[in-house]
Amino acid sequence: MRALDLDYMLGLLPILLKYLPLTLGMASVSMILALLLASLFAIIRVVRLPVLDAATRVFISFFRGTPLLVQLFLFYYGLPQLFSFLTAIDGISAAIIGLTLHFSAYMAESIRAAILGVDRSQWEAAKSIGMSTGQMMRRILLPQAARVAAPTLINYFIDIIKSTSLAFTLGVTELMGAAQKEAAGSFLYFETFIVVAVIYWAVVESLAFVQTQIENRLSKAVNR
Amino acid sequence: MIQIRGLTKIYDGVPVLSGIDLDIKKGERIAIIGPSGTGKSTLLRCLNFLETPEQGEYVLDGKSIDVQKAKASQIKEMRLRTAFVFQNYALFANKTARENIAEGLITVRGEAKETAFERADEILRDIGLADKADAYPASLSGGQQQRVGIGRAMANNSELMLVDEPTSALDPEWVDEVLQLLTRVAQARQTMLIVTHEMAFAKEIADRVLFMEGGRIVEQGPPEKIFTSPDDLRTRSFLRKVL
Repeated sequence: MRALDLDYMLGLLPILLKYLPLTLGMASVSMILALLLASLFAIIRVVRLPVLDAATRVFISFFRGTPLLVQLFLFYYGLPQLFSFLTAIDGISAAIIGLTLHFSAYMAESIRAAILGVDRSQWEAAKSIGMSTGQMMRRILLPQAARVAAPTLINYFIDIIKSTSLAFTLGVTELMGAAQKEAAGSFLYFETFIVVAVIYWAVVESLAFVQTQIENRLSKAVNR
Repeated sequence: MIQIRGLTKIYDGVPVLSGIDLDIKKGERIAIIGPSGTGKSTLLRCLNFLETPEQGEYVLDGKSIDVQKAKASQIKEMRLRTAFVFQNYALFANKTARENIAEGLITVRGEAKETAFERADEILRDIGLADKADAYPASLSGGQQQRVGIGRAMANNSELMLVDEPTSALDPEWVDEVLQLLTRVAQARQTMLIVTHEMAFAKEIADRVLFMEGGRIVEQGPPEKIFTSPDDLRTRSFLRKVL
């Protein structure tokens, strides 16, 4: 076994860290869009809106049932062949759209289960004072569902961060793409990818701290 | 003020309410008594459209609402005219006591947050919970939660307060404080429909007592009459068991 090239690894770290903002940016935008979309899907399913409910079910089934990589290729390489106006789409946008749709399908189910888990009396109290379904969702049910769904949703965010690495297959030079290029020049594959792995790991670990903060905030109503 | 005509509610083919007729006058306090499962709570829930009756009509100030064809706007009007006090309090778990009371004013009636909170604080002082304004329901006792529930119903100045077994879910130690508050609300001539198993309370505050059994109003009259010399055999046999 040869010795690790520590100098190379130390030198590589600042180079790769320059691409971290892009990785985190793609992940954050995808997370926010996926959350909004997933909430919408969850409400459609809970309220059983005609037609939209069925359409949402098909959507969720497709995006949960096919690999993310296949979906990304479909958006980036496939769809532009059918719709010429899509040829202008860049890799970053395609990756964000893919990640958003893919994870919204998963998150919709978590949020739906969390809404259905809110005690029935909360629905009745909201309705009894004259709230519309939308008001009831926004003011009463979603805030309570958020507390239940938070740990799962934060897990999906971790998954999204890691899944942004697939964007390099669409030609995006994010963390993984940059590492790929560096390794191709230095031939030091192990050193390069262990540095990348450590960066992802550190990011995910620091999220655990944020997770505790968010969960504490959301449970302030139930803490005595 | 509100007339109920031929109200019928059916669950799984079994009628729970069989053609209820009832006129509620402004300022009238009506207690509904009777055995469990006779449709007392269902009647209240139908008036608030928490249940959709199969048949019947509500007449509000001469305007008629066919319960089966009620439009969303009519359902909302009925909900604004009635305020519900739940057996299990049903306070919004994600809102403080103050927010619970102010929620309907802000969200449904479109009042400014400041004025709604002022009104909520006024009510909290009135119900003796001013120091609990920022407390969440989970940190309140059952009795305190139910008092906030009554406060929420008071906030909307609804014409009719629907009170569904307000003390049935409470530990015995909290029953008195809730009954005292409701007595005060009743003495202010708030129009009320109260389902209760507390006979002494019903006797004290009601202008009229309805005895229900099998989804029908079997007998009704002033409390002195119902509790001392009821005409119907079923009323007598029920009261013998509970008094």
